[in-house]
Amino acid sequence: MSPVDGPGAVNPNLPVDPAVREGRVPGRAEEEVPELHEVNCPEELRERIETLMGRYPDRRSASIPALWAVQERYGWCTPEGIRQAAAVMRVTPAYLESVASFYDLLHTKPVGSHRIEVCTNISCWMRGADRLLDAFKEAAGDDDETFFVTGFECLGACDIAPMASIDQRYYGPLEAAEAGVAIDQLRAGDEVLPEKALAKRGLAGDS
Amino acid sequence: MAHQLEKRVLLEHAEDAALRTLEGYRRLAGGYATQERAYRELEQDEVLKELEDSGLRGRGGAGFSMGKKASFLPRGDMAKYLCCNADESEPGAFKDRELMQRNPHQLIEGIAIAALAADAGHAFIFIRGEYDEQADILDVAVAEAYEAGYLGTNILGCHRDLELVVHRGAGAYICGEETALLDALEGKRGNPRLKPPFPAVQGLYGGPTLINNVETLSNVPHIVRHGAEWFKGFGTEQSPGTKVVSISGGVRRPGNYEIELGIPTRELIYGLAGGPEEGHEIKAFFPGGSSSPVLTAEEGLDLPYSFEAMAEAGSMLGSGSIIVADDRVSIPHLALRTARFYHHESCGKCVPCREGTNWTVKMLERMVRGEATPMDLDIVSSVQQNIIGHCLCVLGDSMAMPVGAMVRKFREEFEEVMADPELVLDPHAVVRGAPETLGAST
Repeated sequence: MSPVDGPGAVNPNLPVDPAVREGRVPGRAEEEVPELHEVNCPEELRERIETLMGRYPDRRSASIPALWAVQERYGWCTPEGIRQAAAVMRVTPAYLESVASFYDLLHTKPVGSHRIEVCTNISCWMRGADRLLDAFKEAAGDDDETFFVTGFECLGACDIAPMASIDQRYYGPLEAAEAGVAIDQLRAGDEVLPEKALAKRGLAGDS
Repeated sequence: MAHQLEKRVLLEHAEDAALRTLEGYRRLAGGYATQERAYRELEQDEVLKELEDSGLRGRGGAGFSMGKKASFLPRGDMAKYLCCNADESEPGAFKDRELMQRNPHQLIEGIAIAALAADAGHAFIFIRGEYDEQADILDVAVAEAYEAGYLGTNILGCHRDLELVVHRGAGAYICGEETALLDALEGKRGNPRLKPPFPAVQGLYGGPTLINNVETLSNVPHIVRHGAEWFKGFGTEQSPGTKVVSISGGVRRPGNYEIELGIPTRELIYGLAGGPEEGHEIKAFFPGGSSSPVLTAEEGLDLPYSFEAMAEAGSMLGSGSIIVADDRVSIPHLALRTARFYHHESCGKCVPCREGTNWTVKMLERMVRGEATPMDLDIVSSVQQNIIGHCLCVLGDSMAMPVGAMVRKFREEFEEVMADPELVLDPHAVVRGAPETLGAST
């Protein structure tokens, strides 16, 4: 038996990359940089990525910011969006995909428009983060695709444990019951848990 | 009013929201006067000497002399770079978040002066993608500084140029490692590089690069303004200055407290952070973020909080982040939670880290489920030994050190968990065998 467990590890029916059998043949199946006229890139996105590239001594430094721009435009890093960014940046789509798949905040699969990341690392875990995550998942429900709820590694806010990042803003310390309140506020388009926003907290030593 | 144990230098006036603006920074803190003086009157070597003499040690984790690091950059006409490491992702650390949120201009002024010391023409703040709110604040502050002529070309008419870019990461702990940060900044996957060459010689785009943490750079204007002697008046001989310490976990008042290095750890945890909740005692704590070997209360509480005292006790000051576990917290579960983090964040480049973190998590999971064999504890220990020092970067070590220390110092607790076949244990548990968690803070 294969030392690698999991389905597919020894599956003879899976396609094998010809490079495995025959070795890499230079030039074969090499991915090309798409041309701008092939990708139908929105003007606004093209300009944005070009501005980003202009900020760096090397244009490739703009790959993460460009992927952020793609994600902002399409909700996630869609294959089309990645091709568009690749055409503007003059890199292969595979290059940008390899970058996008490395980072936790860049999504290569569809996600909801409201993103809720619940910190489940040490300090938050001690103070009930797992229960908070469950509460958010339950409140968001399985069918509502506008919400993307996930546990996350340390968000750097152990002072407000347990906490969550809701649409890139920090809130805490949260009771499990407040998860439902936050979800309702998001559904209604209201301000989320205003009294729990990190921005409104004073210095710890002053309280 | 700040507590009498606090000594606020970096956090002075931080309670005032106006400090965030350029006008407020000038009015409240005399902001940018030091940059003006340095650019107009000081030579590169004078700034370097002041930084070296001050003994300022890096606040990101390694504690290396900042001035010495800056002096390693070669001289010459090649393009040199300065990177501010604002990828604060160490579990337990949240000081840089507070410094950037409350006083972004202090950091920008520090970068401008450090760029003079390193003769860098291009600077970057690499901020973790999760800190979107703080990155927005920095964007505004950087624009203000450009507008006022503290950044850009021919700064203050001194024939010096400095471009500063706020670069947002996208969620990867490894990017806090300096060479992974450089790769991420170059637009690649954030994998660490083989060292040497060190970034000071060959860093960003192959050029000499100085990389410093947010808190380190925030200290720079104060040192150049008041002098090295003034700075050495705080703290201990080997750990001069003040330090913003993040305290969290099982304490009543978690938060950031700025103290003189060398005060007793007990004062920090009890005096400032309020100590554990009523009726509980401290069992153990991480003195310098989740990567530092845990200390038991007996070992650690009476030590001075300094680089040297923590190193002597077999741990480290690291980023200066204390995570407290009170007597309820199950250490095997804590070890599992710690190991899971490093397993998730391992970039996969080196085998000891990629496989070591993976198998450590699997074995710890077996233990807390009551499925482990007695020899598993020794295997876990030996896995940790085989990770330390065997990887390109210290991510693997950062799991191996605390997990190894927990197994060594709380062996009976692990054995108790493993020996009880009746006990079906919840891998999510904080307190063994109970759904309880530590109280919510206020």
